[in-house]
Amino acid sequence: MDVSQYLGIFLDETNEHLQTLSDQLMILENEPENEDTINEIFRAAHSLKGMAGTMGYKRMQNLTHDMENVFSEVRNGKIKVDGHMVDILFQALDALEEYRENISENQDEGTNDNAPIINALQAILNGDSAGAAAPEAEKPAEEKAPEGAAAEGGSADGGKWNDIVLHEPEQHVIAEAIKNNSKVYGFTVFIQETCILKAARAFLVFKALEELGEVIISEPSVQDIEDEKFDFDFSLYFVTDSPIDKVKEAILSVSEIDHVLGDVIDMDKAKIAKEEDEEEEEAPAAEPAPESTAPAATPAATSAAPAPAAKETKSDSKKGASNKPAVNRTVRVDIEKLDVLMNLVSELIIAKNSLVSFATSENSHSGFNEQIEYLESVTTNLHESVMKVRMVPIESVVNKFPRMIRDLSKKLNKQMELHMTGEETELDRTVVDEIGDPLMHLLRNSADHGLESLEVRRERGKSEVGQIFLDAYQDGNNVVIEVRDDGNGIDTEAVKKKAIERGTITPEQGETMSEKDIIDLLFLPSFSTAKVVSDVSGRGVGLDVVRSKIGALGGDVSVKTKLGEGSTWTIRLPLTLAIIQALMVVVGGEKYAISLGSIQTIEDVAEEDIKYVENREVINLRDTVIPIIRLNEVLGVESGRDANANMVVIIVKKGDQLAGLVVDELIGQQEIVIKSLGKYINCTSRLISGATILGDGEVALILDANVLI
Amino acid sequence: MDALNIAREYDTIQYIVIKIGEEQYGIDISFIDNIVRMQSITRVPHVQPYFAGVINIRGEVVPVMSLRLKMGLEADEYTNKTRIIIVKFESNASIGLIVDEVKEVVTLDERSIDEVIRDSKVDDTYINGIGKNGDTLISLLDLNTVISDKDNS
Repeated sequence: MDVSQYLGIFLDETNEHLQTLSDQLMILENEPENEDTINEIFRAAHSLKGMAGTMGYKRMQNLTHDMENVFSEVRNGKIKVDGHMVDILFQALDALEEYRENISENQDEGTNDNAPIINALQAILNGDSAGAAAPEAEKPAEEKAPEGAAAEGGSADGGKWNDIVLHEPEQHVIAEAIKNNSKVYGFTVFIQETCILKAARAFLVFKALEELGEVIISEPSVQDIEDEKFDFDFSLYFVTDSPIDKVKEAILSVSEIDHVLGDVIDMDKAKIAKEEDEEEEEAPAAEPAPESTAPAATPAATSAAPAPAAKETKSDSKKGASNKPAVNRTVRVDIEKLDVLMNLVSELIIAKNSLVSFATSENSHSGFNEQIEYLESVTTNLHESVMKVRMVPIESVVNKFPRMIRDLSKKLNKQMELHMTGEETELDRTVVDEIGDPLMHLLRNSADHGLESLEVRRERGKSEVGQIFLDAYQDGNNVVIEVRDDGNGIDTEAVKKKAIERGTITPEQGETMSEKDIIDLLFLPSFSTAKVVSDVSGRGVGLDVVRSKIGALGGDVSVKTKLGEGSTWTIRLPLTLAIIQALMVVVGGEKYAISLGSIQTIEDVAEEDIKYVENREVINLRDTVIPIIRLNEVLGVESGRDANANMVVIIVKKGDQLAGLVVDELIGQQEIVIKSLGKYINCTSRLISGATILGDGEVALILDANVLI
Repeated sequence: MDALNIAREYDTIQYIVIKIGEEQYGIDISFIDNIVRMQSITRVPHVQPYFAGVINIRGEVVPVMSLRLKMGLEADEYTNKTRIIIVKFESNASIGLIVDEVKEVVTLDERSIDEVIRDSKVDDTYINGIGKNGDTLISLLDLNTVISDKDNS
């Protein structure tokens, strides 16, 4: 079966299930008795197993299968959840994550069997929570046998395979096998009674078995099984080199198999059975039976064999052809949003048509403005809707952080808690995809550098558990994400000392630097104040990357800190990319756009209202002192303003800082499409964040007011 | 016949011949995307001085560089003949070069191109060869060094 078309769905759903597992495991760790959680985990593991199986990812399937087994036992109250178990399960999650990544990159799950994790899971199943890997074959077998026995009632010692009639060819094969030191097992496989496609499940069992060895004979015959002429169980004899539990595992890995009974065949007993049978019904059954089973089994075997082989070569060739991820990036879209889009497009067409008819008719100009207004409202709505489609909650990114903090807590041996709010805040998909690493870095930073060690915290009278907060919220046209901790804060003296040591600044410079400037040093490449370099942070490739990454997204990072009390890192991101509402202004005859998002108000200020504070121009606006920036000076042009007239001052805002920008003239509000300036041109001051093309084809530059403040 | 046969054996490159001041320069035609007339250029503050600004080419914002300023000559005087040559040196990154005049397209074969011996002391040359087209000499621009961010002023 070609499943590649389902790959996208598979990956999406795998992601969701992994996330559920991770979330629920976190809960489980704190409330080991929570039944809902256990059920939820069981369901997720089960679905994952089924999906991996359908897609043919065997390793993934095996691993999830073992996880599912563990939860099934937990659910039945046979095993208690403990810290060790959760650790192992988290490891298993990581392994699954790795499989998923491999699959998304080249459609192949990779070759890592993760045997240690599987063994550890088996060990848990055996009640061996000390975690010493127990790869011995007997233990799982022992464990499963009573389970099967309990389900089957009394027939534990004799599965139905003992009833299989052995004839000449089979005996021969068995004898050969024993001579070759292979093992012969008998199995009876029970399919769940709710199963609809019994034959398909049975076929999958056969297929799984054929990878391990050879099915000698089955009861009912393969043909009958294929035709679904059996109840809910079938029995078979099987020759293999693998241990019995591995075979059982393979059988159980097929979905909707209830349980399987199996044991090494006692040849004497089997033979006796055979002889008795032969005596009883030699004439009618003996001749046709082998005839029908043997040929049926071989085609099944041969047809099963080439299929996986073909698949493998296919995926190999695909892998060779392109190294880029096999899966396109997708956004799940609410069908309602698509309907809205469709409607808007229809309206757009109507608007176009009326413009066309308007152009051909020779009526007066009265209707023209109306049409333009109509078109404008349609395009604005269209833009909004498309943007909404691209918006995804940051949940998908921040969800993995509780887990990360938990691991960090163990690794760094510090107690800490992560509190998150505003996970539902929506951002453009491209931004959400990129924001993960910077956020992770800031959190690690807080955990490693920010939070003090236990002793220091006690000394300072803080609670022993360090608190880290991750808050996201929308603020005007921006989304703000704050990472806050109640740790040590930034020791500016230490930073200064380090910077002088490294020759980044001279001691004289250090004397005069403001606190803000010193903190800015942290964002320089290769600057780390961690005394010990750990693998958590302190490699000096951190904050500068955070800043440049956020900068590339059109946002900025700032930090507020108080020594001994903690620090707050604030990431400010634009809500959307590409299209913004902007105010067009004229400075010295040149047109500039300023993002409406950063504009607070526009004021008309008389020249004489300008006061001076520390030799800087300020105005006192409704009891707030606001510094004035004359844009023409910043941009290096002659102001075209009438010196006697009042000034137009645009009050812009960044966080809680304000500034007034003096411009010559306002043109008005406009929706602009942001274009990059191209790679060759270097705007050293970062003042120009891009350009846009105006209606008349002219290019206007976009001023980044955040840089000015 | 003979002449044709001989010519075929050599690789030929087409150059667009431009004029800056009195000197003629050749630009490899394969890098040229477009040649447009002078149009209003939007100045960009705080950039390298030889950048005149940005223009709109079919909906894309393209930075425009003054070849004169880059080469350390006096500033451009825009005339009727001034053109902007849009060069696409790498995919999805165009740049415009302001030139005084665009003259013609010439085809040069390897024989008529002389390598420039680079003087190690003066490495501010933007030329990687001299082409001979009849009596006239054409300095062949090395676009890579022209475009690279090296300030000559």
